[in-house]
Amino acid sequence: MSVRMLLAAALLALIPLAGMARTAAPMAADPALELRLMTLAAELRCLVCQNQTLAESNAELAVDLRNEIREQMRRGASDQDVIDYLVARYGDFVLYRPPLKASTLLLWSGPAILFLVGISLLLRTLMRRRGQIAPTPLSAAARARAQELLGTNSAEEPS
Amino acid sequence: MIPEIGHFALILALALALAQSVFPLLGAARGNLVWMRVGRTAALGQFLFIVVAIGTLTYAFINRDFSLLYVASNSNSTLPLEFRIAAVWGGHEGSLLMWVLILAGWTVAITRFSRHMPEDFTARVVGVMGLISAGFLAFLLFTSNPFMRLIPAPPDGRSLNPLLQDWGMLLHPPMLYMGYVGFSVAFAFAIAALLSGRLDTAWARWSRPWTTLAWVFLTLGVAFGSLWAYYELGWGGWWFWDPVENASFIPWLVGTALIHSLAVTERRGAFKGWTVLLAIFTFSLSLLGTFLVRSGVLTSVHAFATDPARGTFVLIFLGIVVGGALLLFASRAHRIGLGGSFDPVSRESMLLLNNVMLAVAAGSVLLGTLYPLVLDALGAGKISVGRPYFETVFIPLMAPAMFLIGVGPMAQWKKASLPNLAMRLRWAFAVGVVTALLVPFAMGGWSTPVSLGILLAAWIVTSSLAGLIERLRLSPVPGGILAKLGANSRSYYGMQLAHIGVAVFIAGATLVTGYETEKDVRMSVGDSVEVGGYNFRLDRLSEVSGPNYIASRGEVSVTRDGRAVTVMHPEKRTYGDKKNPMTEAAIDWGFVRDLYVAFGERLNPTTWAVRVYHKPFVELIWVGWLLMSLGGLLAVFDRRYRVAVRKPQHASASLLLDAGAAGAR
Repeated sequence: MSVRMLLAAALLALIPLAGMARTAAPMAADPALELRLMTLAAELRCLVCQNQTLAESNAELAVDLRNEIREQMRRGASDQDVIDYLVARYGDFVLYRPPLKASTLLLWSGPAILFLVGISLLLRTLMRRRGQIAPTPLSAAARARAQELLGTNSAEEPS
Repeated sequence: MIPEIGHFALILALALALAQSVFPLLGAARGNLVWMRVGRTAALGQFLFIVVAIGTLTYAFINRDFSLLYVASNSNSTLPLEFRIAAVWGGHEGSLLMWVLILAGWTVAITRFSRHMPEDFTARVVGVMGLISAGFLAFLLFTSNPFMRLIPAPPDGRSLNPLLQDWGMLLHPPMLYMGYVGFSVAFAFAIAALLSGRLDTAWARWSRPWTTLAWVFLTLGVAFGSLWAYYELGWGGWWFWDPVENASFIPWLVGTALIHSLAVTERRGAFKGWTVLLAIFTFSLSLLGTFLVRSGVLTSVHAFATDPARGTFVLIFLGIVVGGALLLFASRAHRIGLGGSFDPVSRESMLLLNNVMLAVAAGSVLLGTLYPLVLDALGAGKISVGRPYFETVFIPLMAPAMFLIGVGPMAQWKKASLPNLAMRLRWAFAVGVVTALLVPFAMGGWSTPVSLGILLAAWIVTSSLAGLIERLRLSPVPGGILAKLGANSRSYYGMQLAHIGVAVFIAGATLVTGYETEKDVRMSVGDSVEVGGYNFRLDRLSEVSGPNYIASRGEVSVTRDGRAVTVMHPEKRTYGDKKNPMTEAAIDWGFVRDLYVAFGERLNPTTWAVRVYHKPFVELIWVGWLLMSLGGLLAVFDRRYRVAVRKPQHASASLLLDAGAAGAR
């Protein structure tokens, strides 16, 4: 038996084994690129879905768009290039992170404004509240009743 | 014939709702006891007639009466029985019907369990509930009648959205509506207080268990919605910041502020005006949420224009409820009074800060949810506001509020001292920091966001424990540790449990976000993939048929280090006439990790795109929400809310005390 035949026999014997432990092929050839694609796609809207990101959706258009983006990235496009391309084609609607422009100024500044208003109202209340009302001491009867109601809580009440 | 009975019952219910609002409100204003009592009877009658209405509608669904337009639009002959029942609330009309049923149910509950309240106060509460109910019943009858006939009847109906054909549909909407509608009770209490001028600690004590109970239901509803989305939608996520989710989350945030503010009003008589405002806002946002989801305005603002009757009614109704309540508030605000004084550093001020943070967070989520709708309606362009926006805004706002959970319960009422608090909490903080430093390494790699999240979670747990230990140490109750533990009230344990629930939720959300792994592979029979230390092998593909769908089913055996763990069955289902197949993910539930396998698209007859996830500690998210609602439930059943019910003479004595204290202030 020649060496070649031995080798062929060995290979043949290996085939069922290979079949048993076959590792599933990843959907993407390049995992690093795929990670970049999915991170970006998680902030993009699938335009034909109810409210789903491009990363999550399995709709035909979403798959096509992912392929398109993958191809552009492979050719060296930056994330911004891809975003510009999509916005040119579909408008701002495709972005889950709305761009800062005149029409979204209130959207992006709103929470900060709310926060400042809330905090200044809080501070004003606290300042006005301090010592505005003289504390009224409880009557002995009310105190006894309170203690009965509160049980152990009275321990931590400042007397 | 039977649907007409339901229709007629609904008309009678509207008449009774009007009686339930007019007589008690007028009676309370004039001191006429007989008129006030009309409310109780009318509420019961209204409830029974709505039961008849929803009963006949359910009957029509069960018997596949496609001569009803609503039945034909939301079910077909192949739909299994349990989903034909769930389909009753699967559409706009039926869910409104369920809304009024639950509203009437809450009203009857109030008339039953509030015998310790003065008659005129109960009458006003019942009257306000009647007004709300009348508005909804009119909306149903004039714009959204579920009993509309479709003649000639079609041979079969349209299918219920396959996403809704799930056990979640039987539980999630009723739970959520119990919460939404429950806040109408808090609203009615607030309006009754404004009308009667009775805004004191006793009022807060009556209102508090009802408000907390509504919050418990809303908490469960939100949590259930998240869980349902996780297992049904097949994307493996648990929160999408979808407008529909936000519609339930915004009232939840404001409702959470409300139950904290009510605590101060009950204990210290302070924040009365703010508490009333929060009660008004929570319910208004619940209304807004209901209408946002049901009116179709979320899918397109133009859905509003195609059915102007509904849209106009909704806007007018919202305007009357919100505007009327705020006008009433404005006219009575000067009489509300301030209540007990407190220092800038005190438990009161910390609870107020918590309220500000929750309100700002709710306002921001509302802004992000409505902004695209408003922009679109103004013709200023279409934009999308999604996760990146909400997380950028929400997390920085909530993190400080979460930190406060540790400090607030330790601070004294009226006046606390920061150095003293720091002293008492230093060990809790130290243990929290060490945990935050160790956990990321134990999980397999440093990550700053994870460490910060764990710091918050650990801090809430350790500071809660520190509070409990201190309480036991200072307890004047004689006896052993069990006696001391037993002396604490249920509402104290409820608070602790709910706060620990927040910590558990943060831990789960942080860990799963930081350490989940996912692989997107193509698989045919015999292929295997390794994710998170588990080996997944596709053993078999088969075609199975369910009651109203056919499915491609995979059999995936999971092993770890050669030992069998489980066998999972992901499916891709095609329902009747629907073109797009639905993903039915297979999940192996576990406390420390979930394994999640979902079919993507079929690449060729024997190969599928498959997503496999390993999600460490994802279930802590829902365990946390469950703990929060259990904590709320524990507080509802605190003894001090029941004392008054069992011993009426005792109750009036304590009312006198409260009235006296309020007068003294």
